[in-house]
Amino acid sequence: MTRAGTMSLSTQGDREIVITRDFRAPRALVWDAYTKPEILRRWLGVSPTVTMPVCEIDLRVGGRYAYQWARPKNVMWLRGTYLEVVPQQLIVCTEEFEPRWYEGDGVGRFELTETGSGSALRTTVRTTVRYDSDVVRAGVLKTPMEQGLAAGFNALEDLMAGEGTG
Amino acid sequence: MQQHSYGRQTPAQLDATFAALADPTRRALLARLAAGEASVSELARPFRMSQPAISRHLKVLERAGLVSHSRDAQRRPRRLEPKPLALATEWLETYRAYWEASYARLDDLLAALQPAPRRRRPRATGAKRPRSSP
Repeated sequence: MTRAGTMSLSTQGDREIVITRDFRAPRALVWDAYTKPEILRRWLGVSPTVTMPVCEIDLRVGGRYAYQWARPKNVMWLRGTYLEVVPQQLIVCTEEFEPRWYEGDGVGRFELTETGSGSALRTTVRTTVRYDSDVVRAGVLKTPMEQGLAAGFNALEDLMAGEGTG
Repeated sequence: MQQHSYGRQTPAQLDATFAALADPTRRALLARLAAGEASVSELARPFRMSQPAISRHLKVLERAGLVSHSRDAQRRPRRLEPKPLALATEWLETYRAYWEASYARLDDLLAALQPAPRRRRPRATGAKRPRSSP
């Protein structure tokens, strides 16, 4: 088994998740893995019990994509529109899940950079997903009101952190 | 990041949690209760909403196990039950696990799609090394 590197996942502000991961492969191949349905459907979200019966990609600004995952008990869709495409380097697209698991829409940004050469050749994929709601900060909690509730919200987080020692 | 270990909720319970959290008024109520328990009238005060309407929201939260109330006959203050919320917010960990699993598959796929790295031929083992005598 090859494991090129550890994944790093962090939140950025209260609306974004950033994930970086590097791979032992040339960028052109990683690009294909992200943009060719016949490759993408072999790794994204699939497992022995989850397949990807639908994987359609029209990779151009304004083009649409559609993925469907079939699980034992249900299906899930992810669809969106491409906002930016820089071949071999960048994809920016909207994300709409069905069923929805967060409010509003998401925007995904996938940046590919290649470093090194020979056996040290690596491609880093930096994924930034931006959400409309501050789903990142609190799962699905959102504080829609003014400052007064922020303190209560922080107390909630402290409360949950404290529970971890119980 | 701290590790939380909680008993597993059933999918139905988690769905109830998410459904309860899907409303902004209910989320605001939870944020307020995080600061301490409160009676229904206290909770209703910041909202431009009738007390019965707030009560309806509280019932949804109670059915989802997110809020409980004491039996204090006088006030019956509501209090936050943090465990279901903590499970709901563990989605970030689930999110992380999803990506790790997908990337592991991508690693293997990328390896399979490239020519195998050239290796030096291993030496034939044991052929020429003399055994050491005891």
